[in-house]
Amino acid sequence: MDSTVASHAEEHHELDPVVEYESSKLGMWLFLGTEILLFGGLFAAYAIYRARYPEMFAEQHRELDVWFGTINTFILLFSSFTMAMAVWSIQKGKQTRTVIFMLITIICGLAFGINKYFEYAEDFHKHLYPQTSIFYALYYLMTGLHMIHVFVGLTILSVITYLTHKGKFNENYNTPIEVGGLYWHLVDVIWIYLFPLLYLIA
Amino acid sequence: MSNGAATETMNVSFYEPKSILSWVLTTDHKRIGLMYLITISTFFLIAGGIAMLMRYELLTPESDFVSPHTYNVLFTLHGSIMVFFFIVPGVAASLGNFLIPLMIGARDVAFPKLNLGSYWIYLVGTIILLAALLQPADTGWTFYTPYSVKTGTDVILITFGVFVLGFSSILTGLNFIVTIHKLRAPGMTWDRLPLFIWSAYATSILQLLATPVVGITLLLLIAERTLDIGFFDPAKGGDPILFQNFFWFYSHPAVYIMVIPAFGIISEIIPVFSRKPIFGYKAIAYSSFAIAIISFFVWMHHMFVSGISQTAAAIFSFLTMLVAIPTAIKVFNWVATLYKGSISLESPMLYALSFIFLFTIGGLTGVYLGTLAVDVPLHDTYFVVAHMHYVMIGGTVFGFFGALHFWYPKWFGKMFNEAVAKLAWFLIFVGFNVTFFPQFFLGVEGMPRRYASYPPQFQTLHEISTYGSWILGLGIFIMTVNLIAGVIGGKKAPQNPYNSLSLEWQVPSPPPHENFHEIPTVTDWTYGYGKKSKTEA
Repeated sequence: MDSTVASHAEEHHELDPVVEYESSKLGMWLFLGTEILLFGGLFAAYAIYRARYPEMFAEQHRELDVWFGTINTFILLFSSFTMAMAVWSIQKGKQTRTVIFMLITIICGLAFGINKYFEYAEDFHKHLYPQTSIFYALYYLMTGLHMIHVFVGLTILSVITYLTHKGKFNENYNTPIEVGGLYWHLVDVIWIYLFPLLYLIA
Repeated sequence: MSNGAATETMNVSFYEPKSILSWVLTTDHKRIGLMYLITISTFFLIAGGIAMLMRYELLTPESDFVSPHTYNVLFTLHGSIMVFFFIVPGVAASLGNFLIPLMIGARDVAFPKLNLGSYWIYLVGTIILLAALLQPADTGWTFYTPYSVKTGTDVILITFGVFVLGFSSILTGLNFIVTIHKLRAPGMTWDRLPLFIWSAYATSILQLLATPVVGITLLLLIAERTLDIGFFDPAKGGDPILFQNFFWFYSHPAVYIMVIPAFGIISEIIPVFSRKPIFGYKAIAYSSFAIAIISFFVWMHHMFVSGISQTAAAIFSFLTMLVAIPTAIKVFNWVATLYKGSISLESPMLYALSFIFLFTIGGLTGVYLGTLAVDVPLHDTYFVVAHMHYVMIGGTVFGFFGALHFWYPKWFGKMFNEAVAKLAWFLIFVGFNVTFFPQFFLGVEGMPRRYASYPPQFQTLHEISTYGSWILGLGIFIMTVNLIAGVIGGKKAPQNPYNSLSLEWQVPSPPPHENFHEIPTVTDWTYGYGKKSKTEA
């Protein structure tokens, strides 16, 4: 009896859809800001140690295989494109097309992970470990933290894809796809910075 | 000041239904606030008890009650629990959760489920901390390298617990910012917002900007210990000072995460008990932001003796003094609000007035310590300990206690015993000063912090300090019993016992689910005391 009172109260007074949409977007943008600050600590450490040991950074990055990084950059850029297409499709109300674009995005994310796995394996084979030097410590921490974000992003995208498949979203309500897409773009953007910093040092 | 706020009988109180599951899964901001309140208060009492043990050890010059290692563990636990489990997440999250939607005329925060998630993440963090007690760390709450990398105690678990808490802190701050932006009632314009909301907003921004940095710092520390890398180890090309830079880049703004909510509380209590509009509304509101911004550019004043350059030290010394300006603006405005007011000295007001007095001492001694030449001899002495506690207890905790007494009738729908509350306030005020004022002298005489034993000439002052801690402990005990007894057996609270004009007092005590029968339309600011209507400061 008591619980009916509560659920009755909770069912009433849903937030206005416009307010909810704006709130979710603002919330996600704020969260992305904190993510950048989280990586900011690593970027700051990178800047300090690269300024202190420029030769070490210039020399040691050559051990890394630039092809792995290049391929992954294109994979992620492409996945950001398909993500944007998914958002565009759902705004037009095309659910099937949205699911297809979302699935391509997820496959790209998985391909990124697999590629990274082979790269780490090769690095280990070359005896490049986090304790080898500060450069490699940064390399593993930065790419590792980024990898965690890729997995979190893939989990979010999978749930959203499933919900899209179930018909939860349409041209009128698609906030989770847009907000989830924002997160995925952040994963991409961070990699765009990691790639030149780690692989393309002049 | 508002119409449409329902005073007629309406929905049931937010305490119904009472089943445990309904609490565990609640998305009601008032319930989540209450769960925070209970959890942080428990941690406050535990960490306070640990401090009493430390004071007991310091009664005699020898280290006879506990071993030096145990003493190191005790001050690490006291600091970590007080900072990370009570004062940083707690005051903002407990009072902020309860008050923000009520004060701005909303039914809940913007993301109620995320809000519940924040609480549970916080609880997971505390459980990790409890697990870390099996092999408690002895590094101090700052986890300075290289010791924190080398010590055999469990630094990883406790720092990981703090890392998890950071998530909770970030999500709560994010939730509050979006709530304040998007869910204000019609007519609740920015220049009508209660000052508590302004302070909660400034605090939330600090939480968002600073917490990720301590998160990555602690991750680096954990990586340093587990992967054997050398970020902070000079032998491997690393830099131990880098850890201090990272750490204080968070932890100095965190000081203001701790104290800015108390500024908001004081700004709410003083006008109500002076029956006067707050003086300098905009100055108080904006000075919170000035403090928040400046707080990001002062962190190196914690490191004057760590081996930083003289130029950097001089610049940071100057920047540190800038913080005193917006802080003093607040104090002057509070005092100006009191001027010619019709002051009634009820328990919340006693705490608020003590706050002004004690926080001023804490703040001004902070200026001493920010002065480069003075800091060098006083660094890491009891002077710092005393300063820090005048700000944290004299500031935040007195504000917190004041808030507990002020919003108690609204929160619990009951009244506490006012006479006992005044007695408890008196003991707390006297006990606090007897405990910490002698520590200024100890510091000036050269007593370093964080030692279990000391030369005999310091004994008298240490004894006074320890006796003070007993008075303080007794006062807090009486206050706790009084507040708990009020919940159980207190008489029913009226809707608005203190005749406040703020929105939260225009709903029943305790408030019903979803707060407002009908969302109110706000037509005036919150502080129109003693006059019919007032729109601008």
